[in-house]
Amino acid sequence: MAVVTLKDVRKVYAGGVEAVKGVSIDIPDGGFCVLVGPSGCGKSTLLRMVAGLETISSGEVAIGDRVVNDIEPAERDIAMVFQNYALYPHMSVYDNIAYGLRNRKTPKDEIDRRVQEAARILAIEPFLQRKPRALSGGQRQRVAMGRAIVRKPQVFLFDEPLSNLDAKLRVQMRVEIKKLQRALGVTSIYVTHDQVEAMTLSDKLVVMSGGQVEQVGTPTEVYRRPETRFVATFIGSPPMNILPGVVETDGRVSVGGQSLAAADMATDLKPGLAVDVGIRPEEAEIAAPGVAGCAFAIDFVEELGATELLHGTIGEGAFVLQVPTGSVPNGTKQVALTIAPNCVHVFDRETGKRLSRRPAEASKAA
Amino acid sequence: MEKRSVYTNKLLPYLLLAPQLVITLVFFYWPASQAVWMSFRIEDAFGISTEFVGFENYVTLFGQRSYYESMWTTLVFSLAVTILAMSFSLLLAVMADKQIRGGSVYRTLLIWPYAVAPAIAGVLWLFMFQPSLGMIGRGLIAAGVPWNPMLNGDHALLLVILAAAWKQISYNFLFFLAGLQSIPKSLIEAAAIDGAKPARRFWTIIFPMLSPTTFFLLVVNIVYVFFDTFGIIDAITHGGPAKATETLVFKVYSDGRLGGDLGGSAAQSVVLMVIVIALTAIQFRYVERKVTY
Ligand SMILES: Nc1ncnc2c1ncn2[C@@H]1O[C@H](COP(=O)(O)OP(=O)(O)OP(=O)(O)O)[C@@H](O)[C@H]1O
Ligand SMILES: [Mg+2]
Repeated sequence: MAVVTLKDVRKVYAGGVEAVKGVSIDIPDGGFCVLVGPSGCGKSTLLRMVAGLETISSGEVAIGDRVVNDIEPAERDIAMVFQNYALYPHMSVYDNIAYGLRNRKTPKDEIDRRVQEAARILAIEPFLQRKPRALSGGQRQRVAMGRAIVRKPQVFLFDEPLSNLDAKLRVQMRVEIKKLQRALGVTSIYVTHDQVEAMTLSDKLVVMSGGQVEQVGTPTEVYRRPETRFVATFIGSPPMNILPGVVETDGRVSVGGQSLAAADMATDLKPGLAVDVGIRPEEAEIAAPGVAGCAFAIDFVEELGATELLHGTIGEGAFVLQVPTGSVPNGTKQVALTIAPNCVHVFDRETGKRLSRRPAEASKAA
Repeated sequence: MEKRSVYTNKLLPYLLLAPQLVITLVFFYWPASQAVWMSFRIEDAFGISTEFVGFENYVTLFGQRSYYESMWTTLVFSLAVTILAMSFSLLLAVMADKQIRGGSVYRTLLIWPYAVAPAIAGVLWLFMFQPSLGMIGRGLIAAGVPWNPMLNGDHALLLVILAAAWKQISYNFLFFLAGLQSIPKSLIEAAAIDGAKPARRFWTIIFPMLSPTTFFLLVVNIVYVFFDTFGIIDAITHGGPAKATETLVFKVYSDGRLGGDLGGSAAQSVVLMVIVIALTAIQFRYVERKVTY
């Protein structure tokens, strides 16, 4: 088990594409770090640099107290699960799992013991003699996991390991990966563009965009206190509503002509400044009858089962509200919303940065 | 799901196939049946009439010491050419596969030998290795190697093997390169992470995954050395010295054309035909089933 440290890591591909633009992350021993971000933001590139499959243009990657920049993948004591599983098609499941141990000249009976143990943990014992092509997608995924755990590496690396599975299996495997990682206590880095996977798996969430880190934190921190407008709309489903607003006095903003208290808004902003105001669909509430609130005009309703999404507008801005099914009578055209002051997020319109009461440095340490 | 074209005109499909069928009939089945027919007959001394003799030509053929000698020459020749051509082209393909840029120039250069006519290839090699004129031949003599492919049968065979292998390398190279490029890169990466060094990666992952290509090429190469090396041998050695480079195919020609024994030569052709049919059958049987994994 080991701490993984990335220090100002950069990657410039031949041809001049700068895929990773200076990333620094510390992952504690046994931590589960998830890299999440839109397609092409450099997640895989970063992971592959940790694996040793891509050279590091500048900066430092350390596993434990060893800088591994110039160390071969085989010597880094890592295991990786690929999106397409990368199982050796001409070998049986047993041989696939045993391959890494055989390369390391592990004694035969030790190999057998460990392969059987891995197979038992992953419930793939019945398939050990089969070739990968005779397995279902989920079973292949387990074999790929088996190949990773059998070597008892210092670090697990996952590159979108679940994206080839159907939705139901994905949820099931997600839970299993989490349990397995907890049980084995191996430091893990997991790449995904699925933000539900990112939220549920991680204890350290890294949101990336355009080769840079947008925010690092626990899933709750990132959800509660997004540092940028990008993170705010990327994490959370349905995404956070962003409405145009204007700064008033006394920590209030005006949205669609209605005044809202914003608990975390910086106090030194000039009244009249145009800002972006973020409100999560699930955090606005329908005001009790007679209570004043923000006017929300409903256009149409999407049923999700337990909850429903009300699509409409506040002032000029599009807004989505998520409420328990049946919260508003059929055909309602307008409701008033109350929004708790700590659920109002204010972002700089130009830079997209959070305009926070706490200085950025202090909030990072939090 | 069945995928078939529907023709309203019943005649059209046959019409479209006709050129292909005619060519096959005229240039393959007709000569082949002629060969079989001839192999059961003997021509008189003046070539005026022929007489049916049953299997006599075959009995004579398999009673000849020279036929077995030619078989042995063919075996050595085909094994050496196949192994040389395949291993060398695999090596080149592996090197080209690593080289991403400049790959197309490299590839074009390597394909050229395939476009050279066999006789010209033969003459080229003869020029290079001729003991008194050839660059390499003179170099060998100068270095004290007693080199003379014109008189020494082993030298002649070696030269023919080199020329024939050289000619086939480009073809093999193309297939090996295509095979290598169809192996997913993540497989190699997984093996690297699994602690396999490059040589071990090659033998445990890449080579087994190439096995369908290798098997296909093995059959193609054997057929090639059996039948398509006539031009090279004719240009370099004419089957000599003292029949040292007389392969089965060359013997068909020299016995039939030069020796005037049409019946015996036809019997030899039939034997060769059986061999090639057997090889093709094996190939279809296994390539269809995709070999190994
Ligand atoms: N071998 C390469 N050569 C040049 N550019 C590359 C190479 N591999 C990736 N890139 C570029 O680097 C950027 C980041 O790619 P990367 O594969 O890391 O993205 P990603 O975040 O994993 O995306 P996805 O979610 O689609 O897998 C992209 O713009 C991509 O085009
Ligand atoms: Mg990726």
